Amino acid sequence: MDKTSPAPIGPPGQIDDPRPTQPPKISVRGFSASFDGQSVLRNVDLDIYPAQRLAIIGPAGSGKTVLLRSLNRLNDLEPTFSKMGEIVLDGQDIYDQRQDVPSLRRRVGMVYAVPVPLPWSIYDNLVYGLKLAGIRGRRRLNEAVESSLRSVVLWDEVKDRLKEPAMNLSGGQQQRLCLARVLALEPEVLLLDEPCSGLDPISTAKIEEALAELKSKYAIVLVTNNTKQAARASDRTAFFLMGELIECNTTSQIFTSPRHNRTSAYITGHFG
Amino acid sequence: MLVAFSAVSALALITAFIFRAGLPIMMKVGLGDFIFSNEWRPTDASPSFGIFPMIMGSLAVTAGAMVIGVSLGLACAIVLTQFCHPRAVSVLKPAIELLAGIPSVVFGFIGVVILVPLIRQYLGGWGLSVLAASLVLGIMMLPTVTSITVDALQAVPRSYGDGSIALGATKWQTTHMVLLKAAGSGIMAAVILGMGRAIGETMAVIMVIGNWLDVPHSILDPARTLTSNIALEMGYSAGEHRQALFATGVVLFVIIMAVNTAALAFSRHHLRKAGMR
Repeated sequence: MDKTSPAPIGPPGQIDDPRPTQPPKISVRGFSASFDGQSVLRNVDLDIYPAQRLAIIGPAGSGKTVLLRSLNRLNDLEPTFSKMGEIVLDGQDIYDQRQDVPSLRRRVGMVYAVPVPLPWSIYDNLVYGLKLAGIRGRRRLNEAVESSLRSVVLWDEVKDRLKEPAMNLSGGQQQRLCLARVLALEPEVLLLDEPCSGLDPISTAKIEEALAELKSKYAIVLVTNNTKQAARASDRTAFFLMGELIECNTTSQIFTSPRHNRTSAYITGHFG
Repeated sequence: MLVAFSAVSALALITAFIFRAGLPIMMKVGLGDFIFSNEWRPTDASPSFGIFPMIMGSLAVTAGAMVIGVSLGLACAIVLTQFCHPRAVSVLKPAIELLAGIPSVVFGFIGVVILVPLIRQYLGGWGLSVLAASLVLGIMMLPTVTSITVDALQAVPRSYGDGSIALGATKWQTTHMVLLKAAGSGIMAAVILGMGRAIGETMAVIMVIGNWLDVPHSILDPARTLTSNIALEMGYSAGEHRQALFATGVVLFVIIMAVNTAALAFSRHHLRKAGMR
């Protein structure tokens, strides 16, 4: 174990985790969530480190997406949502009353399972978030559009038709556009909720490729139902079952010698 | 098929009938004079038929009603869909729709008894005015505008709102930059239907507008609309006078068609631009 680690005692399931040298970007501490009194997450402790891709796997209903949506307070939109515990981003609890939620959501960007471009042009989709953040100036916006499209390998495909409706793009292109419009905001953390669930293998490969390139700049959290994707496209993996974190470790550890037999049963396809 | 056809043929018959009854007098007086002359003396020995004041009256009242009805209706719809508990919506929306079931005479009556004295007392003038008619019509439009706008907003895919929120938009920014735009064609339909109600409404308007035969110069002036002109005079008209009332109907018909066509064309253009069709 790294002697310089700031947190000598990790939460259960993380003890063997070789710690990255940097402190965690996000620390989930004793976090529980429920909808309408129905508990969906129980006492989760999880660290998310910068410049790493964390995959969250687990069967349907295990609370993966709820955790993801808690990280930038999207669950607040549900009137029946309630939570306990805290989620600390750079030393500050994001559920603190003083937290400016729109700016939190700009720092912690989210890409949904189903690509949903807004019903505008490609260009307008990309600059929408920037305009909300108060960024004006055509040159500044144009630069952001080009660089974000380049980082998801979409620029060459759409550079001549930025004014066309985003709905005209193919599913894979739409999903990369949705990723690009989050990247345009220069977030610090990137949340992806099964971003490839509706995509063909080639589009999936393109997204994974983009993620591998992006990981140096962001802390990435990837929820996926595809354990092979978790194995290919992540550095650490967390396994959830019935609202509880069973195990979190480096991806190679999880997939070669998991500590819990439920984890191994899941990744070898025995249930879920 | 047969039913649909009979509905369309009823429309065609009505159209043919009003035009047949109204066109001769328009030709005789001259289209320009009929529309732009200020003199409406249908029962004089040498009668004159100019409906310009009524056209202006109708336009003024409709515009006023739109300002009130559309802004209130939109506001209601936004609050109901975005900032209300679903249970509250299930009570409030039917309540607003119930407004549509109140007979127009009742609206007119309340206008005369309550609104007109208030306007007379606090704003001056007769009280019977374009303003009173606009207020009454605006409230009569509310149920149409509100309920169709609510439907349009609820038809916007939830994912649009979620996507916008996730990009750091506040609820209010999401509403006015994403949802209202995405529901644009539905809202346009709500506005058109509301406008149709305002242009066509007769009874409530007759009761509060004063039915004065001059072009209104302020919202406190009384006026007369095309519809109220027809309703007020049809009972005792004969000959050319009656024809002139039909001709008034023709003008009303053309205005409504033009407005609807323009609005439809606009909403189609809007849809194409958004790439939704």
